Parts: sequence; structure tokens; C-alpha cells
Amino acid sequence: MVVPRFWRERRHRYSLIGTRCPVCGTVYFPPRNVCPKCGRKSLGKMEEFQLSGKGKIYSYTIVHQNVLGYKYQKPYIMAIIETPEGPKITAQIVDIEPEEVHIGMPVRAVFRRITEDGKAGIIQYGYKFVPDWEELEK
Amino acid sequence: MRDVAIIGAGETKYGEHWDKSLRDLAVEAGLKALEDAGIYAEDIQAIFGGNMSAGSFVGQDHVGALMADFAGLAETMIPAMRIESACASGAAALHAGYMAVASGLYDIVLVGGVEKMTDLPGDMVTDILAGAADREWEVFFGATFPALGAMMARRYMYEFGMTREQMALFPVIAHKHGALNPDAHFQREITVDTVLNSAMVADPLTIMNCSPVSDGAAAVVLAPAEIARKYTDSPIKISASTFANEYISLHSRESLVRSVSTIEAGKKAYKMAKKEPKDIDLVEIHDAFSIIAIIGLEDLGFAKKGEAHKLAEEGQLYYDGDLPYNPSGGLKAKGHPVGATGVGQVVEIVKQLRNEAGKRQVEDAKVGLAHNVGGTMTSSIIHILEVM
Ligand SMILES: [Zn+2]
Repeated sequence: MVVPRFWRERRHRYSLIGTRCPVCGTVYFPPRNVCPKCGRKSLGKMEEFQLSGKGKIYSYTIVHQNVLGYKYQKPYIMAIIETPEGPKITAQIVDIEPEEVHIGMPVRAVFRRITEDGKAGIIQYGYKFVPDWEELEK
Repeated sequence: MRDVAIIGAGETKYGEHWDKSLRDLAVEAGLKALEDAGIYAEDIQAIFGGNMSAGSFVGQDHVGALMADFAGLAETMIPAMRIESACASGAAALHAGYMAVASGLYDIVLVGGVEKMTDLPGDMVTDILAGAADREWEVFFGATFPALGAMMARRYMYEFGMTREQMALFPVIAHKHGALNPDAHFQREITVDTVLNSAMVADPLTIMNCSPVSDGAAAVVLAPAEIARKYTDSPIKISASTFANEYISLHSRESLVRSVSTIEAGKKAYKMAKKEPKDIDLVEIHDAFSIIAIIGLEDLGFAKKGEAHKLAEEGQLYYDGDLPYNPSGGLKAKGHPVGATGVGQVVEIVKQLRNEAGKRQVEDAKVGLAHNVGGTMTSSIIHILEVM
């Protein structure tokens, strides 16, 4: 793959920037150009919105059979995380053993290497989530 | 709109066809359907072919033209197009063929579905199938297609307390039926222990909770219902053909334990066919993963939310039970050549309604329902068929 495919998403993937519909207030991640609730009324009006990176595990799995580019990471934990801002996000959970993960666990986003395009291709970065120890110890 | 009937049906055996190519499979199924209808290739006025990803699986696009060409139809110059809706490509092709005949534009239409999946190593197949989900926001971060199914299952188990043992009953039933179907990919019975102890794919789904990678093709011939008896003594009416979509990624949905697209397509199908769940004599439900079948059965009104496993526990889902479920063996045991599956489900229902299903024949079958989904239940397509 050529660089622009990953470059064009860098702000969303590096900094968790999604969009907010000013008509109904719903926050979306990944970003959308049209609000599914407001349709044309939202067209051209969607605003950038940065998520806090906090969240809770909504569901998760331990992946033993990978898609291409993830061979050396398996088994790894994939999760859907619910954020306090509204959107849910699909991401890996790292820095924890699979047995310790559970639904409802507080997590926070970190910036990590995601995968690479073979030996010569570009290295792709983005978010993964780690246990939010501050919240867990409360 | 005219009523539409199926006047012929045929399919290949599903499985690992090392000796057959994409075109071999498609042509074999197509010719069987024509033979069954008692017509010749030159009687066909249009072809709609379901196929998810031949471009990735074997590097071949322009599948419609290829099928028509190798079915011997190049010189008739009829329209032939490939229809894609991920794992629901087959049913999507049937929906398109149905519209073409119902509208009056064409009379005799061939609907096919084909997938050649075993020409590539497993990790590449896994990657291609993941294209049914959101490549940039689910798959990029490491989600496989089974991983997404697993997260649906985990959430369902969390909300309703279903156990892995209860979920394992669905593949057990599928294999019991597959053992009665000589065209099924797997014809061997399994137990709950087989399911629980097989290799973990994406926790809590073991490989036995997942449909296999299969080659295969299926085809049906459509005609206006009013002239169907000219071709066959046992035409099967398509009483409903409905299609609904929702958010492609799981994370965009309010719930992981219900499929709003299945609910919507189901509601419309029952209305269109003037039927209720209790009128359905057998179902072919999409069981790419056990959890999808469980949610499908519930959202089509066959069980209360959270309770589909009770149907399995009570033995109702066997072909001789109260709700004959996937008598073909389903995606799990009959196999899942993705683009063929939706058409293959309908071929099974046609066989059942014509009383030609052999050892797995459902008694007194008059009305059947096929449920084919694309992605993580993103697209849901329902067909209700009945004897006429
Ligand atoms: Zn809005």
C-alpha cells in the first residue's frame, strides 16, 4: 500500500479525532461527513471532536487466528470500547494478560505501533488501549 | 409486479474442490439448474451471479461475463452481472433476479452464486473475509471476521447468561444434518465436547463454532409464476424477497445482541408473504458463526430474545422436530462458499418443498424461509418460498 492511505487518517488514528453533529449533538468516531440521524441538515456542518481516550470494555475476544500483518502479535486481545463521549471503538487491549480482561473494565487509549506493511513497507501507528489503573484502583 | 417462481435448481457438492476452478463450479451448478428446469441455455434472458471476492480469491473479476461465456452463452450476448453483498452475495443476486422477473423486464432468468476459496492459504482467506467488515476501523486494528463474531457472542453470553455448552448445540445439530446430506462439506456427526475442545479461533468461538472455507456453486432458474407450469410440475413460488442493511461496523451499533437488519427484513418478508413465524415449516438460517444463527432465530420471531438455545436443548431444531433448522447442514456442515451460500440455502428449500431431500426430508414441508446475512449481520436478506 502507498503512504497516502495511512497518512490521510493520521489525525484520527493518532489523536482520536472524530466528528460531532452540531444539529443533534451526537459524537461520531470514526469521523462522518453526514450525521445518520440528521441527514442533509448536518451536511457541511460536522465539527471535529477529540475524544478523551477514556472508556470501558463493552466486549472482547482473544484472537488466535490473525489477519495478515498480525502473525507475531497473536494471541492478542481485541475489544470494543465504549467511551463516555458516546462512540464505541474497536481496538486492541495491551499491557495485560488475557485472563484479566473483563467486560466493564476501565481502559485508556495509548499511541502504539499497529502493524507494518511487510519488511520494506511503512510502519503504521494508531491507538491501542491499556487498563486504566487510576480508575481500577478507585 | 408479477409473481415469480423457481422452475429449476441445482448445485455442486460443497467442499475442497482441488480439481475444479471458479468457472468449472459456476457452470456445473448453472447447467444442473437448466437441466432441472428442462430448458436450454439459449432460453436464458439474463444472468445474476452472486460472488463475494473472486477478484481476491483467484484474481478474477468480471465474473458475470466469464460465467455466461463458459456456460456457452457468449454468442447470445445476454446481460450477465456479478452481484456483491459479502456473505449475502448469493441472496442479493436472487433479490436482483427476482426484481428483474417481477418487473416484467425479463421472463427467464438464471441466478447463480459461486465462490472458489481454497486456492489460497488460510491466513490470506481470513484477511479477504475480513473485508466484509470495516477494513479501516475494525480490520486495520487487528479484528478478524471471527473476532467480530466472538465479540457478539461474548456480549450475548454476558447479557443473557448463555453458556459455551449451550452455544455448542448449534454446530452439533448442523453436523447431524450434514451427515444426511451427500452434497455437504462435512458429513460426520460431532458432539458438544468436539465443539468445546476444538482449536480456539477467537475466544469464545472454537473452529467448530465457525463455518468452514468451502468451494461451491448453486443456481436457480426464475420465471413468471403464471407460466411456471409450462416448465415444471412443481414450481416453487417466491412469496417474499426482502433486503435490509445497517451500520457496517459492530462498534457503530447500539446493540451487539440483536440484528436490526434481520428484524427489518424479516418483518417486511412476513408482510409480503402474508405469513407469520408459525406458518414456516423449515428454515435455513445463516450460521457462519453459531451466535449469528442464535440471533437470527430470535430476530425472525422463532424464539424470545436470549432463549434460542432452548429450541436446541428441546430438540426442536432437528429436521424431524417442530422447527426444522438448516436441514442441509447449514453453513457450518454443508459449507460456506460465501457467494454461493444464499442461493444454496434456497436450492435446499426447493428440494425440501418438492419432497426431494432424501434422508433429511422434512415432513409436509410447504413453506420455507432462507436467511442470508452479509458481514456481522450488516446486510440481511430473507426469502420465503412456498409450494404453488
Ligand atoms: Zn445529528
